Amino acid sequence: MANEQVTVAEEHRGLVKEQFDDSLQQYQASNLGMWLFLATEVLFFGGLLASLTIYRYQYFHAFAIGSHFLSVFWGGTNTAVLICSSLTMALAVRAAQLSKRKDLIVFLVFTLCLGILFLFIKFGEEWHHEYLEGLAPGVNFTYHGPHAPHVELFMFFYFALTGLHALHMIVGCGILITLIILAARNRFKEHFTPVEIAGLYWHFVDIVWIFLYPLLYLLGGRFGH
Amino acid sequence: MGTGNSIALSKPGEEYRVHYLNAKYGIKSWLLTTDHKRIAWLYFISTSFFFVIGGLAATFMRLNLVSPQGALVQPATYNKLFTMHGTIMIFFFLAPAVPTVLGNFLIPMMIGARDVAFPKLNLLSWYIFITAGATFLWCAISGGVATGWTFYTPLSSTYTNTHVISAAMAVFISGFSSILTGLNFIVTIHKMRAPGMTWFRLPLFIWALYATSIIFILAMPVIAITMALLVVERIFHVGIFDPALGGDPVLFQHLFWFFGHPEVYILILPSLGVISELIAAFSRRRVFGYEFVAFSSFAIAFISFLVWGHHMFVSGQSIYAGIFFSAMTMAVAIPSAVKVFNWIATLYKGSVALDAPMLYALGFIGLFTIGGLTGLYLASTGLDIFLHDTYFVVAHFHYIMVGGAIMGYMGGLHYWWPKMTGKRYPEHWARVAALIIFIGFNLTFGPQFILGVEGMPRRYATYPPKFQFLNIMSSAGASILAVGYLLPAIYLLWSIKYGPAAGPNPWGAKGLEWTTASPPPVHNFDVIPIVTEEAYAYGHEPAVVGSAAS
Repeated sequence: MANEQVTVAEEHRGLVKEQFDDSLQQYQASNLGMWLFLATEVLFFGGLLASLTIYRYQYFHAFAIGSHFLSVFWGGTNTAVLICSSLTMALAVRAAQLSKRKDLIVFLVFTLCLGILFLFIKFGEEWHHEYLEGLAPGVNFTYHGPHAPHVELFMFFYFALTGLHALHMIVGCGILITLIILAARNRFKEHFTPVEIAGLYWHFVDIVWIFLYPLLYLLGGRFGH
Repeated sequence: MGTGNSIALSKPGEEYRVHYLNAKYGIKSWLLTTDHKRIAWLYFISTSFFFVIGGLAATFMRLNLVSPQGALVQPATYNKLFTMHGTIMIFFFLAPAVPTVLGNFLIPMMIGARDVAFPKLNLLSWYIFITAGATFLWCAISGGVATGWTFYTPLSSTYTNTHVISAAMAVFISGFSSILTGLNFIVTIHKMRAPGMTWFRLPLFIWALYATSIIFILAMPVIAITMALLVVERIFHVGIFDPALGGDPVLFQHLFWFFGHPEVYILILPSLGVISELIAAFSRRRVFGYEFVAFSSFAIAFISFLVWGHHMFVSGQSIYAGIFFSAMTMAVAIPSAVKVFNWIATLYKGSVALDAPMLYALGFIGLFTIGGLTGLYLASTGLDIFLHDTYFVVAHFHYIMVGGAIMGYMGGLHYWWPKMTGKRYPEHWARVAALIIFIGFNLTFGPQFILGVEGMPRRYATYPPKFQFLNIMSSAGASILAVGYLLPAIYLLWSIKYGPAAGPNPWGAKGLEWTTASPPPVHNFDVIPIVTEEAYAYGHEPAVVGSAAS
């Protein structure tokens, strides 16, 4: 792509680390590194998702009951929030590639705000509510209806998966703040690799949510079966 | 021929040269280094430390088993000892040893790079490793853990009072160290190769480490999340794995062995790579069937993810699952045998030199074969029910872990020691040590096969008196083995100060790492090399034509 012109500019400004021959090699290595990290993440979430699937199969009714306690409205809202943040992130990467500093900062700030909004809804609306309802396993669990132990198991997976996802969102917000500061210092002029690999990470975290939302909120008999 | 030809290069008054060891001094220059060669030393020191701790635990176990009633410790202490031995050896010595010591040192040098792709990440891996190790030591000091290295539930989640949480956290943390190392290695091998270093010119050690890194990346996150679940279950008493609370303990076994069996290949694959290097260098021939040996590493890595159920033949899994896992396990024998046969074919009509590294390599071939073949016994579902949880299993995996992985590590350490330190070790002592290790090892673990067939279960502090003779043999062998490990510790350290200078290529071996000075300069090569020949280009093979003429 536009890599060859960029190469020269990056090398002049000392942005190519000493172990690399040139900027292209650095770009490719960083990209591959992030993809491999995401492969690890797939397996990290995969262990939890596999367990969830097995237990859903074993305790179908309990998991349907548990699913009913979750707020489809707030979950759906958060899905929309994250999809929008993916768009702004993609636009930020594009702005970085074109060395448009102002656009880059604006889109990064948008992405950050959407990320924070997601976390606010997740913790402030959902987790807070579920805790008060006595649905937090091991901490405050007061449900005594049918299949109580397995409903608790479902709620545990809900908190574990959304918690792990939220942790990734928090890390992502930290990365965004760093990028915004560096962009303000004009660090990404003709040097977009960090923005691009941060984008990969952000999209991955979004995609995880795209799986979590139906698996936790929608599946399990909410819309009849 | 490897011994004599380099002495001429070592002159006492050699002129001063800046290399990676003397470029900077001081503790800070080591603890904050991003040089892959120095990080290899950090790992060498820390993994050796854990090897000693794990070895001490084994020493106490073997001492205890001299007498049927248990000669030394209470059964509860014995449980902690074997847990400490297993956990430390697997997570803090065997898994990191070859990749992070030899791999870290050699990957950039073998492929003609200045460093790994992400040097800071490399250092971070070490700090994560040290954090994990410290966490486990803290667990040991605060009273230890008695679940076995497998942490099976519900023993670990409900019934034991020992320190499961800190032990599980240690394993959890150590996983990330391995993940980052694997990620770094894969990117380095893909993107940092010197001009002309095509895939099929790579040394086979690199292929083996690439396959290992794939397993690091795909298996380690699963153990991390499993350990996290175990910790959560213990703290919050939610029933993930505890049947009393609605969970399923067999799910833990599935998750654990989905990681656990690939982990076994993490331990052995790097050593398989080392052996390929040693066999080629000390028989002066290109490895026979290079492509097959290279791809067999990948075949092993791939199949390793499809065999976990062979640890669970008696856990009540479906018989059809059992048949599948049994068949897949037997399939691992094919790529393993490809390696062994190709090594032997490489030796055929090679000019074999029996230097210490080669003694380890030859010992490896024999012991790995025994370990592999007994693995096939255990892969057969019927026979496994008879042998499950007996000393036969213990003997089998020690033939792979100690007879295989550690022999490979020792061989590689001796082979590349002159490159790492710039000094030669005393060859005579090294050969003696290799022989002692081989004898001690077989005496330790050979009798355990018989004990297992006769029905002695593993993980017990006491046993019926009829097993005493074989147990004493095993303990005696362990003490010989200990001497075998002490010797290298002494003469290798001695050689750092007093050994003769090695020169760039003391073995007359091929490979980019031997084209640069010993110890190498900070950036490995004064000029990045351009590769024009295949790996192991040891000249023409005179075999066919020569023998026919005479």
